[in-house]
Amino acid sequence: MSIRDQACIVGVFEHPTRKADGISLAQLHAEVARGALADAGLTKDDVDGYFCAGDAPGLGGLSMADYMGLRLRHIDTTETGGSSYVVHVAHAAEAIAAGRCDVALVTLAGRPRAEGMATGTAPRNYGAAAPDVAFEAPFAPTVVNQYAMAAMRHMHEFGTTSEQLAWIKVAASHHAQHNPHAMLREVVTVADVVGSPMISDPLHRLDCCVISDGGGAVIVARPEVAKRLKRPIVKVRGAGEAVKHQMGGQVDLTYTGARWSGPAAFETAKVTPADIKYASIYDSFTITVLITLEDLGFCKKGEGGRFVSDGNLIAGTGRLPFNTDGGGLCNNHPANRGGMTKVIEAVRQLRGEAHPAVQVKNCDLALAHGTGGSLGTRHASATLVMERG
Amino acid sequence: MADARKIFAPTPTPETQPFWDAAAKGQLRVKHCTACGRAHHYPRPICPFCGSDRTEWKDATGRGVIYSFSVMRRASPPYVIAYVTLDEGVTMMTGLVDCDFDALRIGQPVRVVWTPTDGGPPVPMFTPR
Repeated sequence: MSIRDQACIVGVFEHPTRKADGISLAQLHAEVARGALADAGLTKDDVDGYFCAGDAPGLGGLSMADYMGLRLRHIDTTETGGSSYVVHVAHAAEAIAAGRCDVALVTLAGRPRAEGMATGTAPRNYGAAAPDVAFEAPFAPTVVNQYAMAAMRHMHEFGTTSEQLAWIKVAASHHAQHNPHAMLREVVTVADVVGSPMISDPLHRLDCCVISDGGGAVIVARPEVAKRLKRPIVKVRGAGEAVKHQMGGQVDLTYTGARWSGPAAFETAKVTPADIKYASIYDSFTITVLITLEDLGFCKKGEGGRFVSDGNLIAGTGRLPFNTDGGGLCNNHPANRGGMTKVIEAVRQLRGEAHPAVQVKNCDLALAHGTGGSLGTRHASATLVMERG
Repeated sequence: MADARKIFAPTPTPETQPFWDAAAKGQLRVKHCTACGRAHHYPRPICPFCGSDRTEWKDATGRGVIYSFSVMRRASPPYVIAYVTLDEGVTMMTGLVDCDFDALRIGQPVRVVWTPTDGGPPVPMFTPR
């Protein structure tokens, strides 16, 4: 069963907060749900499918359905870290195509900033039952030093430079200056990035994404539902997902699961990377973007450094405008999970509702890509191709 | 003591106890599959390549080369995380100790150094050889 043209994205909402003092996690989920339903012109009583991941409190989907008063005939709590919400949109399209629901709500929320979480620099302990913990935790892996090892290896094999990585942050900052909600709105230069403090070689502070609270929601609906709403149509055209890990010790940090999820998405959508007018690329770190672009086929393996240089990702001048909201690098990375905001900005672009300064002309085909977990150990990659209706 | 940090103590399980027993004697071990002939790490009773349960422990040389590494400058004190590819062909997450962090490079030959942990068995880190 192909999901091509079986479902539409009819509502999106990105919470405007970046520091959620005084707002509970459950309330954030409910606020983004309300925002996306209002955007679509639907009410919560239209929702019969619900999708959420590990950021939802308590028993996840059950707790949130109870809290929001949802009456569901389909639930999916697939947890693939920050890529979950890209996966959820694809799974929602599948569920709709299979007749299991008509209107699916996907929510994400979190408040790591209000809680003072050292998101990237403190080791996370997933508990002794995780089979990898005894063989990894003693070496103090953090989010940033794992991605740093991927960057170090990429530099070694392909000659990628810190300056090339910096161009990714530069492009994101050019976009963020137009977003009043972005955490970092100042336009930065390559020199600013490579001159910022080293966090974990070779990643500088400005190679890293922001830490922010908030969240987002997406409504996926049957095309018949989308047609009677007053919003521009955005069709789900194709999707792919994949998991990559240490492969029993055959570690290769130079590529991601996007090598598999990308072709799967393009094949379903019957398009090629060259057809994509705008791309939301998961940007936990600059290196995440560079390797993903190679794996998705926007350039050859090893040529990512050249591809991202000289403003090639900047809307209006570059060949592939990316993350025109400022992305996780400058705008928002709610709950340390950036997949949701990737989908939302792609929908804005396809609707023609991005900021005029970054709106891509004739944006009829867009891609959103999520990465969840760590490039250094184990992660999920999810690719979504969407089309203006 | 190779490092001033408190090192997280691994909790041995029935399936990994032989690894940690050998560690206590300063011997690095790698799991091999007698069905498909491949080595894997971290150790499991069921081979992640072919699914066979015919896996056995073999002593490793304790030598390898640096596959990748990063100096965690933000930590106090800074430390080095790495992947080292062992002579046996598997690449394992580890740490690099007893060395000039600024002189490290990918491909550099290293040997195992058993590093005490915070109340558990020692863990295999590496140093240039």
